[in-house]
Amino acid sequence: MATYNLTTPLSSEDTKMLKAGDTVFLSGTIFTARDAAHKRLVELIEKGEELPFDLEGSVIYFVGPTPPKPGDPIGSAGPTTSYRMDSYSPTMLKHGSKGMIGKGKRNQEVKDACVAYDGIYFGATGGAGALLGKQIKSAEVIAYPELGPEAVRKLEVEKFPVTVINDTYGNDLYQMGREQYEVKD
Amino acid sequence: MREIEYSEVVKAVKDMIMYSGTDLPQDTYDALKQAMEDEKSPVSKEVIRQILENADIAKDEKRPLCQDTGLAVFFVKVGDQVKIKGGLLKDAINEGTEQGYTEGYLRASTCEPFSRANLKDTVGYNLPAIIHFDLVAGDKIDIEYAAKGGGSENVSRARVFPPAAGKEGIIAYVKEVISDAGGNPCPPITIGVGIGGTFEKATISSKHALFRDIGSVNPDPEMAELEETILNEVNKLGIGAMGMGGTKTALAVHIESNPCHIASLPVSVNVQCHSSRHTHITL
Repeated sequence: MATYNLTTPLSSEDTKMLKAGDTVFLSGTIFTARDAAHKRLVELIEKGEELPFDLEGSVIYFVGPTPPKPGDPIGSAGPTTSYRMDSYSPTMLKHGSKGMIGKGKRNQEVKDACVAYDGIYFGATGGAGALLGKQIKSAEVIAYPELGPEAVRKLEVEKFPVTVINDTYGNDLYQMGREQYEVKD
Repeated sequence: MREIEYSEVVKAVKDMIMYSGTDLPQDTYDALKQAMEDEKSPVSKEVIRQILENADIAKDEKRPLCQDTGLAVFFVKVGDQVKIKGGLLKDAINEGTEQGYTEGYLRASTCEPFSRANLKDTVGYNLPAIIHFDLVAGDKIDIEYAAKGGGSENVSRARVFPPAAGKEGIIAYVKEVISDAGGNPCPPITIGVGIGGTFEKATISSKHALFRDIGSVNPDPEMAELEETILNEVNKLGIGAMGMGGTKTALAVHIESNPCHIASLPVSVNVQCHSSRHTHITL
């Protein structure tokens, strides 16, 4: 298991280098979107309309932050459970997105889409909202402000700590880790 | 009859919510520290280290421990010799909840079930609170509060077994629930198990069981033994911190058992994530 520092947007060269279990410190721009925002983004893609940001090489963070305290760019911002985005993620990957950050397992369609389109599913530590929020240097709502915590935000991050869960080779850290430590009677 | 001012309840509830949002209880912190030492997987060990660092930052800088600041859940014991002056107790708890979420910069996560619309806006409104009242003897009001996040709540389940299922059936069921949940509920978790009563009594008991301090021993030796058995079995699943593989999936199992119907054995499993935000006060 290796450690990498990567800057967004990510290329296929970047993602193909990564393996399940690797640690990555991400820097650059990432975009937030949760359930309601994904529904709208995928509808735009299907209608062939322009998205509020460039999907190519993008990393999408599944997060609904707390309101910022005065003077802070963002509040606490840990990952939300990812399976709710399973029906949308393959479309996002097919159209150029290269990475997702969340927590919890993904379905086979998402894993297959990671293999097909050189995508990576990264896990961040769930609940570590105060720690992860500190790695976000600026935040700007760029679409759907009416969705509140579910609005699409453009974030600038520095050394945001994530772990590779699903890589471009079909590996799944959740399965691998569990098989390694499971005690069978 | 003792009188308590409505505003005193509002303030107490607001303070509980703000404190719980940023300060991880000591029992949970200590249990996580022990889990970090015991964990065999280096990846899971690092995750627990991040969880502890997060707790330190949240406490020192008064930032929310987790961005999912939950729905507000209360268990309230009301003495029969106490009266609220100036309004209803339920209203005071809801008002304190709104103030706590607003002033603590905590996320309001309540929405309408089908339109999914936020009922007000991103901050300042997380109503109605979920309140369980119990009438007891005395002139005090005892309030237990927890912020219940979606990730852990979503994996909770209840089932009514035939009596023949017995303890073996309960152990297998809890293992099945936690195995299916994997990393989604943010392990290392605490598992509340409600046994007996009726369908809803088992469910409420499983939630209330989560309020017990980690490390405390069940006063019923039979239940204490069952808790230990289930904890060992769950930790054999290999799920580990955040599902990344490891030996410490759960920190504790807490059981509340109730008498039940001769024909039924209701069992409910409610999961608490590592960010176990709860407070207890008596007015």
